[in-house]
Amino acid sequence: MESMLHISTLHYLVLGAALFLLGVIGVLTRRNVVIVLMSIELILNAVNLNLVALSRYWQGMPAYLGGGPGALHGQVFAIFVITDAAAEAAVGLGILIAFFRNKETVNIDEVNLLKW
Amino acid sequence: MNPVATPFFFYLLSATMIIGGILVITRKNAVHSAMALITALLAQAGIYLMLYAPFVAGVQIILYAGGIMVLFLFVIMLISIERTVKERQFNKQWLVGIAAAAALGGLFIAVYTKGKSLFPEGRVTYGEGQNVQDVAALLYDQHQGTYMFSFEIASLLLLVAIIGAVVMAKKRI
Repeated sequence: MESMLHISTLHYLVLGAALFLLGVIGVLTRRNVVIVLMSIELILNAVNLNLVALSRYWQGMPAYLGGGPGALHGQVFAIFVITDAAAEAAVGLGILIAFFRNKETVNIDEVNLLKW
Repeated sequence: MNPVATPFFFYLLSATMIIGGILVITRKNAVHSAMALITALLAQAGIYLMLYAPFVAGVQIILYAGGIMVLFLFVIMLISIERTVKERQFNKQWLVGIAAAAALGGLFIAVYTKGKSLFPEGRVTYGEGQNVQDVAALLYDQHQGTYMFSFEIASLLLLVAIIGAVVMAKKRI
């Protein structure tokens, strides 16, 4: 009970792992391409949560180890990951529109042009 | 200032995120999935606030919940959803998928229980500082701006993504 009421960095890491798992299940099992892309967003968010939680942990480290109030590298990385997610969503949805124009479906099992 | 009722807000927000994530991967209608994802993203912005990261929380709300999800909703409107709702939602590999996810979850559980000493347990009470200024110093500052070059590369990435999205979505170039 004590460990449940005392929120440590590990709690955030476990939450990130759970979100990552949900995203992986969505990517592996859904057939709608839009929902697969949303599951990828879930995965990226889980990574971001880990980065920010560990950044806060790192702020509490002593300064000679590189910690301290200015040690916000995890948050900067989270911002880069968000940039990446925006680029990925734009290009992925563009590909999805081109695919829908050609095949009139968003079923991911129909995406087999490069299969052999 | 120390945060108040941290466990309550942590469990509230994480329950919102988990339920939102489950709804994202189980709903038939893609619009419902998008709404659940927006809820989860807003709850995650709250968690960022709990972690003393107000800048990342603002970016999360503006860029994710505001920008990327609007893009998703636009595309859902462009493609016809009536037919996809009637189709089978999960593919034939769903058993394999669940098994793979269970293996990954077992790996996570094993790592978190066996290697407990590896992971930080310590409580950090760090007062609110100048978070936005510190992030900006890391990104832009002349002397300690470690990530200035990466920032420029990120802008190049966004340019490539813009051109790529236009080329992909255009009917004939």
